[in-house]
Amino acid sequence: MTEKQLMKGSEAIAEAGIRNGCRYFFGYPITPQNEIPEYMAKYLPQVGGTFLQGESEIASISMVLGASAAGARVMTSSSSPGISLKQEGISYMAGAELPCVIVNMMRGGPGLGAIQGAQPDYWQATRGGGHGDYRLLVLAPATVQEAVDLTYEAFDLADKYRNPVMILGDGVLGQIMEPVELPEAKENKAEKPWAVSKNYNRDRNIISSSYPQVEVLEQVNIRLHKRYDEIKNNEVRWDSFLLEDAEYVLVAYGTAARLAKAAVRMARKKGIKAGLLRPISVWPFPQQPFTELISQVKFFLTVELSTGQMIDDVRLAVGKARQVHHFGRLGGVLPLPEEILIKLEELAKEVG
Amino acid sequence: MMHKLLIAGSGGQGVMLIGKVLANAAMKEGKHVVYIPSYGSEMRGGTANCSVIISDEEIDAPVIDRPTCLIAMNSPSYDKFEHNVAPQGMVIINSSLVTRDSERQELFVAKVPANEMAKEMGDERIANMFLLGTLIAATKCVELKSVMDSLKEMLSVKRHNLLPANQRAIEEGMKYAK
Repeated sequence: MTEKQLMKGSEAIAEAGIRNGCRYFFGYPITPQNEIPEYMAKYLPQVGGTFLQGESEIASISMVLGASAAGARVMTSSSSPGISLKQEGISYMAGAELPCVIVNMMRGGPGLGAIQGAQPDYWQATRGGGHGDYRLLVLAPATVQEAVDLTYEAFDLADKYRNPVMILGDGVLGQIMEPVELPEAKENKAEKPWAVSKNYNRDRNIISSSYPQVEVLEQVNIRLHKRYDEIKNNEVRWDSFLLEDAEYVLVAYGTAARLAKAAVRMARKKGIKAGLLRPISVWPFPQQPFTELISQVKFFLTVELSTGQMIDDVRLAVGKARQVHHFGRLGGVLPLPEEILIKLEELAKEVG
Repeated sequence: MMHKLLIAGSGGQGVMLIGKVLANAAMKEGKHVVYIPSYGSEMRGGTANCSVIISDEEIDAPVIDRPTCLIAMNSPSYDKFEHNVAPQGMVIINSSLVTRDSERQELFVAKVPANEMAKEMGDERIANMFLLGTLIAATKCVELKSVMDSLKEMLSVKRHNLLPANQRAIEEGMKYAK
């Protein structure tokens, strides 16, 4: 076992990227994730990589597109308003079937909002984000260790599916420090025969998201959606806590899931049979566990740092079989586990 | 046992260093730990603070509502956080800068004249180490040895000559825990 290190979420994410062969980072600063570009600026040159601060988010994501087209392992990161600016490039990358890893350390919104951690970008992240009929594979870590593990893996997944992968974190995850075990450092020299790199032995490659002939574009869309189905089949992830006998199931991801987990423990101490279902992949969303739970559960309660966005996916999974409630605090305010417990107790009293 | 520690003062008093040393020491002892920096407008003037949760069990919520122990390095942070401390909790006051008594009778209060003692020792920058010492002795959240091992790691080698003074300050601070 390697020794653990105390690392800030943002820095740990950057290190995980480097350790899985990320050699290019293009970004533009925004709180609360500046430690990612800061770390990359310091450490990428030491492994022969390149860090470049673009003149804007749009420029940065376009550089990511270029590097990816050339076959590089590449990453960018931002926070909510900056991720909105990057959407054009993300859509182009989805259309051009280009892999990359994008980190969104969400903060309070809308607009410029505030720098504290929140979860108001779930819809944007899980519905593609930009224009066009596309999806990102979106992974939502709850701890610094999980952020390391998922970021590390995200590069392999992006390459496997030739699609951008998003790490959906928040300002809390970005700023806290926790002990982490870092994965092995690898160089990634996997051949990408589709890339526009050196091509002595093959035909010319063209990378583009422009398909002026509608019949061709329709086929592209069909191809992409077959791939999304493959992702749905292979990459659904979730975690569960005390679900075996749970009558009340809290559903939460990322930082909200940690708060909800504390509330579940408090509920159990009071004899309330609560459990937690924590989606780790928020797209594809884990529908299956809900289907299995319905018969034993009285209601579901989503806990989000928003007015309720993931609740839509929970309702799609549960249908009309059970009530789905929501509890959240907004704009960067964190709900205390005690508050979540009060909400749970109120709802439990109603159903008797 | 879950220690919920809140360390508060003003920028430059070494608040964050206390927190990071504690977090690192807890990690060395194989404990669960989360370090939470204060973030936002608080960073710009007023009080600076950070929180550390140390536990033998998994830590769920990375947030502290009612700290079990507060270090108040100056008056504004004492005024701001005294009422948050958990019932029967501890407060460690830098009595060089905080002169008023606690408004809560049930709290365990340790008054440590950290700035004066640091000045006597010839380096006012180590005032925070006295308070750190009182905290580890009063809460027993981590051992002195792991604190010293952490400091050694965190200070650059050319500053290792400062380690003996830091250790003396921590040991002096420990005496105030009684």
